[in-house]
Amino acid sequence: MTKEESIQSELVKKFGALEGKTRIQRPRRIFTEAPPGSFREIFEYAIQKLGFVVLSTITGLDEGTTLGFMYHIAREDGIMLNIKVSVDRNNPVIKTITEYFPAADIYERELMDLLGAQVQGLPKATRYPLSDDWPADEYPLRKDWKKSTGSEAKNNA
Amino acid sequence: MHKVVIPIGPQHPALKEPESFSVTLSGEKIMKFSARLGYNHRGIEKACEERTYIQDVYLTERICGICSHSHSTCFVQAVEEIAGADIPKRALYIRTLVGELERIHSHLLWLGVAGHEVGFDTLLMYTWRDREVVMDILAMLTGNRVNYGINTIGGVRRDVTAEQGKAILKAMDTLEERTNYYIQIATKETTLIQRLSGVGLLSNKDALKLGAVGPTARASGVDRDVRRDDPYAAYAEVKFKVITDNHNDVYGRTLVRVGELLETYKIIRQIIKKMPEGPLTVKVPRKIPAGEAVSRYEAPRGEDMHYVKSNGTEKPDRVKVRAPTLANIQTVAKMLEDRQLADLPIVIAAIDPCFSCTDRLTGIRHAGKRSKSVLKWEELHAYSIRHYREHGIDFAELNKKMRKALK
Repeated sequence: MTKEESIQSELVKKFGALEGKTRIQRPRRIFTEAPPGSFREIFEYAIQKLGFVVLSTITGLDEGTTLGFMYHIAREDGIMLNIKVSVDRNNPVIKTITEYFPAADIYERELMDLLGAQVQGLPKATRYPLSDDWPADEYPLRKDWKKSTGSEAKNNA
Repeated sequence: MHKVVIPIGPQHPALKEPESFSVTLSGEKIMKFSARLGYNHRGIEKACEERTYIQDVYLTERICGICSHSHSTCFVQAVEEIAGADIPKRALYIRTLVGELERIHSHLLWLGVAGHEVGFDTLLMYTWRDREVVMDILAMLTGNRVNYGINTIGGVRRDVTAEQGKAILKAMDTLEERTNYYIQIATKETTLIQRLSGVGLLSNKDALKLGAVGPTARASGVDRDVRRDDPYAAYAEVKFKVITDNHNDVYGRTLVRVGELLETYKIIRQIIKKMPEGPLTVKVPRKIPAGEAVSRYEAPRGEDMHYVKSNGTEKPDRVKVRAPTLANIQTVAKMLEDRQLADLPIVIAAIDPCFSCTDRLTGIRHAGKRSKSVLKWEELHAYSIRHYREHGIDFAELNKKMRKALK
């Protein structure tokens, strides 16, 4: 059994919800989808018990009715686990992971600015990366946001 | 003592790129440091979704002017993984070669900037002169000094001839000799050692906690390098050491980078020697089947990461970029805690920041809600001509004069 397979089987054994949702795409790349309810438990287990101690970044995805957040965490030996959690697009609430990775702060602010995620537990601070006068209800990485619906068009109108 | 808050940037003569720092001082001592980024935000991630994969190769290459090859390689690797393309060995070797040449140019550039920031401008002149050696090699191989355009989805666009191989080896000898001289300076020149030692301290624990990457992390004893840990291109087939250091300061970051230069010369020699014959590309269909992939790349500044999601069309569904500076900028506040204001330039320079990389994504030419109009390119052009004419400078006249003089 390869290292990737043993990680996969350990995850599935511990968390039944991951059964059939975990795949090894190639050596050193594991993808999985966690239900919102148990995401935190799985995430913590991966860090503390499976050695995924490096946070590369968080990717935000507009999936239509849901927003997906993929946490890319890696081990010292190069194996990367990509855990995705999907939440309701109209109420995209996630909890901060800064208690595990303080550096996640800026990645989470990016999710707030570009996809409109509501990250619980982040202290108030300057925004990143959009400008201070960017309209509050516009999230450019959402699929229904087009240049023509953005503020440039409104200015020209 | 009374506290003073000093804003530095976003436009400041000492900054090479727009970024905004807010420094709270008590006397000369830094009490608090915070950074506001985003001024170079160009909407590249969104723009990628609106373009084809092949256009995106060129777009991602333009995320950064220095590690351009890092970004385009990182992107094509992800796309090729989704498409299931088996890239020819020779193409992988050429990618590795250009990637390492890029590292030389980036590290020599950094060494010059670091010299300049501490008032050692002779070092700037020397290193930038030597950097021309590698710039010439890159221009010879790819036709460009930066933005090499060597990558395509499925392989590389240009071959390396035997003569070019010889020229590269010769250049490596020159550069190795020069680098050994810089190592001598870095380890013997007391003014440099004293200026850099103990400055910008980042303990091993903090480097791990704050997620530092690249030379910044390795100079704090973090033994991580994507080239070794998660090998891509031809790195699994070459031997090299990952340079680490335990000084935890700007001096350590200098030693790591010059040490890495020597390893890079070794890698390039092996690449030239072992480069297999064969085709340069495989055909990859324009439409990429639905899927996703994560690609990692050890850029000169640290781990670069691209995530690509495809949906079966010729345009990606999502492209996500995490450039190394975004991971490293968060360590700067720690490095500056309780330090003198005078250390700020070299401490920031020591992470070798690249804000163009960091601020890559979203949003159009946004003029803000309050502004009344947006200048089109032609209007801007016409405006600048009018502006200069009003100030007594007429380019049409000047051009006429110049043409006359040249005759």
